[in-house]
Amino acid sequence: MSSEWPLWEVFIRGQHGLNHRHVGSLHAPDAELAIRHARDVYTRRNEGVSIWVVRSNDITASSPSDKGPLFEPSNSKVYRHPTFFDIPDEVGHM
Amino acid sequence: MAEAATAVDRAAFFDWLCRMGDSCLVLGHRVSEWCGHAPVLEEDIALANQALDLIGQCQFWLSLAGEVEGRGRSADDLAYLRDAAQFRNLLLVERPNGDFGHTLMRQFLFDAFHFEMLRALEGSADPRVAAIAAKAGKEVAYHLERSADLVIALGDGSTESHDRMAAALRALWPYTGEMFADDAVDRAMAAAGIAPLPSGLKPAWAATVAEVLAAATLDHPGEVWQHGVSGAGGGRRGVHSEHLGYILAEMQFLQRAYPGAVW
Amino acid sequence: MYAQMVKAEGARPREEMTPEERAFQDRIDRGEKIEPKEWMPEGYRKTLIRQIGQHAHSEIVGQLPEGNWITRAPTLERKQILLAKVQDEAGHGLYLYSAAETLGVSRDELLALLHSGRMKYSSIFNYPTLNWADIGAVGWLVDGAAIMNQVQLQKTSYGPYSRAMIRICKEESFHQRQGYDILMKMCLQGTQAQKDMAQDALNRFWYPSLMMFGPSDKDSVHSAQSMQWKIKINTNDELRQKFVDQTVPQAEYLGLTIPDPDLKWNADKGGYDFSEPDWSEFFEVISGNGPCNEERLGARVKAWEDGAWFREGLMAHARKAESRRAERTAAE
Repeated sequence: MSSEWPLWEVFIRGQHGLNHRHVGSLHAPDAELAIRHARDVYTRRNEGVSIWVVRSNDITASSPSDKGPLFEPSNSKVYRHPTFFDIPDEVGHM
Repeated sequence: MAEAATAVDRAAFFDWLCRMGDSCLVLGHRVSEWCGHAPVLEEDIALANQALDLIGQCQFWLSLAGEVEGRGRSADDLAYLRDAAQFRNLLLVERPNGDFGHTLMRQFLFDAFHFEMLRALEGSADPRVAAIAAKAGKEVAYHLERSADLVIALGDGSTESHDRMAAALRALWPYTGEMFADDAVDRAMAAAGIAPLPSGLKPAWAATVAEVLAAATLDHPGEVWQHGVSGAGGGRRGVHSEHLGYILAEMQFLQRAYPGAVW
Repeated sequence: MYAQMVKAEGARPREEMTPEERAFQDRIDRGEKIEPKEWMPEGYRKTLIRQIGQHAHSEIVGQLPEGNWITRAPTLERKQILLAKVQDEAGHGLYLYSAAETLGVSRDELLALLHSGRMKYSSIFNYPTLNWADIGAVGWLVDGAAIMNQVQLQKTSYGPYSRAMIRICKEESFHQRQGYDILMKMCLQGTQAQKDMAQDALNRFWYPSLMMFGPSDKDSVHSAQSMQWKIKINTNDELRQKFVDQTVPQAEYLGLTIPDPDLKWNADKGGYDFSEPDWSEFFEVISGNGPCNEERLGARVKAWEDGAWFREGLMAHARKAESRRAERTAAE
């Protein structure tokens, strides 16, 4: 049986309350060690306060060929962005 | 607090601080020998972190030792310019790395002791000692978690990993007794409220070790002859194995070959 | 560089490209990043695996010459800095292997290729570190050269490689400085013996550092293809020139002499003229005949083989724990 350790994807939440962010991957025999390795590999410079790991194989990704149908529609929804609206300066900060 | 520190015999306090600092230094040195040679990249990185923690802790302890001694010696002076007989580290930490199993077992046996020691030191009557212990305690809690889990996993793992861990345990067990043997220095520290008697840490250590060995399916070695406890020997009293001389020859080479140079 | 003489595959003019290849090239030309599961020419994939793999191998073999001095570092602080730096190199190797793994090759496969000598690592790590100033010189020159290459590679077309380079560059910013700092201490505050050590280190590392960029590739088809794919951004000669121009004043500041009697400022080109390294030596070193090839590769192979039981033991435990969990769940 292969002794190659499975690959894990590592997500870290930094100090400033932002969402967990994908930072990279690593190899580990199980989830517990993956967390430990993530701590040692990806927080050497005090980058994080919370770690998630997930087996790379367990990630379902959108297919690159769907890029058009999945993401282009949102391009046309400019009204979702605050800069779409002109607010007069007199109103103050909004 | 401050009186407690001044009331204690300065030489004993210095000695005790060297015991703490030297064990960190020598173990940090040993662990750092793995850098670039560990079985897998993730472990290489983890071990380097551990070595960095230990060397950092050694700096705190030896700086304080220099301060207590009052002769103007820095942590570097103490690390680089004392000979083996002045080193006060445990025999356990100067054991050679051996295979990775030896390294991990040595780490676990020491971590379990180190953790209890630092926890007790957080209540030290000397605030400087308590502060170092509080900082180091967090690092060592992680070391212990890591080494305990690896000992369990490898003991439980394959036949080969189990056998290697069992061999490491047998080889290193006779060096564990020294951690808990009280002597005059320890009694002076305990009387001043600076540090616990090592013997008092043994029950908690023994419980942790028994639990981990059981989970690792490793047979407890039981009572065996312990090095450095009886007679005049023992690393904490400056009587070391042959290994320390080589460690120091390597570590101190530049400072010895170029006296007075700054780096 | 860390990836020297990487062979690129499948160069061909636009008019001979299939429609897919042309669309791919258009994306590259627009500066788009290529991501793992997207269509890519097989040559692009293979070239990247070679380049990223070689780069990763260089990081982990690169731990060895500096690691050689961790136990002998002259102060506790220098020891910590060096250890942290060599540890970073292991981390960088890890990031790069991960980037290569997105191309469908596993880290263990890449390591097997390194161990059997079928994949290379940078020639520079086959030179010995003989005195403490070498640690300074490696940081200053070797990391300096590496950073020069890696900064431009942040813009490389393959997303995971580019992201790994961004992270690496951020972390490496202290590496070159720590090396220079070692030499400043030795050259500006040190004894004559220390200055001699520093000069000796520069004498030995100067030409091997220039070799790191690889032979001139202005006529190389491999480089042309790699540049067309934006796997490579600058030519070897451009980077080498930039490196020399940056390094000469730094040597002067330390009071050290670059071991090249023909080195001189050329006002017309706005850079230094300098001597080429001995390329026959480079080809010998890269094909296994450098002063430390055997030790370096031997150390990597030994670490891997001695560690097999450890990796297998942990995997065996993980499988046992998994099946114990499954049994418990089934029993409930």
